[in-house]
Amino acid sequence: MPDATVASPLLEMRGIVRSFGAVRANDGIDLDVQAGRILGLLGENGSGKSTLMKVLFGMLPPDAGSIVFRGRPLAGHRPAAAMAAGIAMIHQHFMLIDAMTVVDNVMLGWPEAGRVLRRAAMAARVREASRRFGLDLDPDAPVASLPLGRRQRVEILKAILRDAQLLILDEPTSNLAPSEVAGLLAILRRLRAEGRGIVFITHKMPEVLEVCDEVVVLRAGRVAGRTPVAGASPQQLAEMMVGRSVAAAPAPAAQAPGAVRLSVQGLTAPGLSGVTFALCGGEILGVAGVDGNGQIELAETLAGLRRARGGRITLDGRDITHASAAARVAAGLAYMPADRAHTALVRSMSVAENLMLRDSARPPYARGALLSPAGRRGRARTLMGEYDIRAAGPDTPAGRLSGGNQQKIVVARELDRRPAVLVAHQATWGLDPGATRFVLDRMLALRDGGAAVLYISSELEEVLAIGDRIAVLADGGFAGVVARAAADLPQIGLWMAGRAA
Amino acid sequence: MTEFLAAAIRIATPLLLAALGGILSERAGVFAVGLEGMMLAGAFAATIGAWAGGSAAAGIGLALAGGAVIGLAVAVVAVRWRADNMVTGLAANILALGLTSYLLRVAAGGGGRPASIHLPLLGPWPIPVLADLPVVGKLLFAQPPLTYLALLGCVAFTLFLGRTQAGLALCATGENPEAAFAAGADPLRVRMLAVIACGAVAGLGGAVLSLQQVGTFTDGMTGGRGYLALASLIVGRWTPFGAAAACLVFGAAEAFELRLQTFGVPVSSYIVQMAPYLIALAVLAVLGRSARLPAAIGRPLEQ
Repeated sequence: MPDATVASPLLEMRGIVRSFGAVRANDGIDLDVQAGRILGLLGENGSGKSTLMKVLFGMLPPDAGSIVFRGRPLAGHRPAAAMAAGIAMIHQHFMLIDAMTVVDNVMLGWPEAGRVLRRAAMAARVREASRRFGLDLDPDAPVASLPLGRRQRVEILKAILRDAQLLILDEPTSNLAPSEVAGLLAILRRLRAEGRGIVFITHKMPEVLEVCDEVVVLRAGRVAGRTPVAGASPQQLAEMMVGRSVAAAPAPAAQAPGAVRLSVQGLTAPGLSGVTFALCGGEILGVAGVDGNGQIELAETLAGLRRARGGRITLDGRDITHASAAARVAAGLAYMPADRAHTALVRSMSVAENLMLRDSARPPYARGALLSPAGRRGRARTLMGEYDIRAAGPDTPAGRLSGGNQQKIVVARELDRRPAVLVAHQATWGLDPGATRFVLDRMLALRDGGAAVLYISSELEEVLAIGDRIAVLADGGFAGVVARAAADLPQIGLWMAGRAA
Repeated sequence: MTEFLAAAIRIATPLLLAALGGILSERAGVFAVGLEGMMLAGAFAATIGAWAGGSAAAGIGLALAGGAVIGLAVAVVAVRWRADNMVTGLAANILALGLTSYLLRVAAGGGGRPASIHLPLLGPWPIPVLADLPVVGKLLFAQPPLTYLALLGCVAFTLFLGRTQAGLALCATGENPEAAFAAGADPLRVRMLAVIACGAVAGLGGAVLSLQQVGTFTDGMTGGRGYLALASLIVGRWTPFGAAAACLVFGAAEAFELRLQTFGVPVSSYIVQMAPYLIALAVLAVLGRSARLPAAIGRPLEQ
């Protein structure tokens, strides 16, 4: 950073320490952000990125350390003070009131909106800023009616209107469609050009390389490295994150598939228009496609959470079209939902309890009719070690864990059951490259053991890396299915664009 | 007919004040199960205040304080210490019932007999000119003071919730306290204040009973009106005017039942007295499913 040393930085954080119980989430972190620059903040799940940003924004008090923003110290502050000083935070899970309109969300907690709200004047400012930045937001639209990409723009709009000089974006692209990502990066460049500083937290190397000026990598609560982006390679950054070399994505081993384990014929449901495929043991069918084309409907209908309107589903020859979710689980189906906050986990229950959810009636979780707390904890400790679930202990509530570690609970639970068929929907969502690799390896091992895997993901690269065959879901049906060896990217792109195109 | 409507308004007034208080509490995200206890404490405090202080104003002042005390108790236990809203509210109701009955006997100088207090009722304050309008004049502009206050309260609360920064922060806290916190509000403070204010306003509802309608305090005199107020605010979709409409419906039901009794319709009076509550149950069953609760109601704050 030759030029960065000249000007005094917009933000200086020094020696930030923050512990949760025995875990030191931040262990003496220094961070500088310059005005007019985008800083990429990288790190594995649980490396302390979110904690650091929450400390900065006044949502968590640090145990030690100091913060200087625009030459003034920030200490013992709350979010209101951080915002007044000119810091805005765009959370991974948007901090918006869904039941309120865009302009109400903008006015909430903003002194300029007045004690008695000047709603019309604020709506005009929303419209004006929305036009200037190309955000395309209607001030009177209820937030609940907006797609995720638009909701994020509401958060950005809040920051712009409050004239924030530093924007923190926590994994802002993880729930955006590719076209929305491009739009977001364009907005970030524009904000940089206006001289604002940006902290951009992400796992996705291409985005880092595209938009960031420099990168700081955290590992286990400490700074593992800093580097300007110019001249850095994705490989090098990934290695900094995990502290060891990460091999390229695994090449699926070619092997003869076994007998058909899951057969789906003409499956229809609201959002699904006649899906047909057969999935063999020892095979992974990767399902690509833009989110919202029937992914959730397909996954939940297979799992028994939605009713099929027509068609037939058989598992190992047994008709399960109208079987309950529990009967499907008993028949050997495992399901990893995309929505881990609601469908996959009970956040208020402990890690150990979440791990036993599907198999609570069987040893080691139960002895006869009674649950066995000792068996549960023992098994949980084993799985936490095996799957690297970082929590204070088996009795920690699942909701306290970082997003990636929550996902690892789901992965551990479903894979530990040794299912005949696994339906995985966005199984690596929010996982860092090391953990992603680990999950993919586990699925390959499951496949090599003779199970069948349906791998649904909006990350095309991942689908291509793991699928033995690739299907593209568009408009509620398979637009095409192709063996991986014969996969042709332009053709897949056309399929993804949909039948409507 | 005018008389019938006047009776409906009279009966609706205490309900409406309690419901207005409940709206504050529930929009901030705390179930207002304790309305009954807050009303009862208000009715008692109003009686003592007016009796000892010698003026209705003293009674009203003490009613605000009495309701607020129950509100404070609920706020500390349910908001600060994050206890279950339902259990806390019910406990507050039982506490208020016992406490007011006990204090009424203490006020009599001990000995186990309740104090015998008789207060002059707050009479109508006709508004010049308007009160002389046909029908409407008598209904709306020749009412006792606390009835005007309830109507003004509807307007004031509507403006507060929809047009002020504090109202926005209150509603945001009931919908998504984490987001409200991130936007710079203090959800703990908002909820504490909302529940205490709920107690004060519901206490006024109790004062209507003792100062404006009965003229004394008797044990458990609210007789379930707090729960009816709770039903009203749900039926009214957590909006002041919606709650007012619901209170009027319940008031009309009770007024109708009083008439039935005077006309000597051969139905047990106990059956007739159930009418408002049966209506409340029916309306809740029909509307209940579509009624959208504040999203974070009953959910304790994370530290």
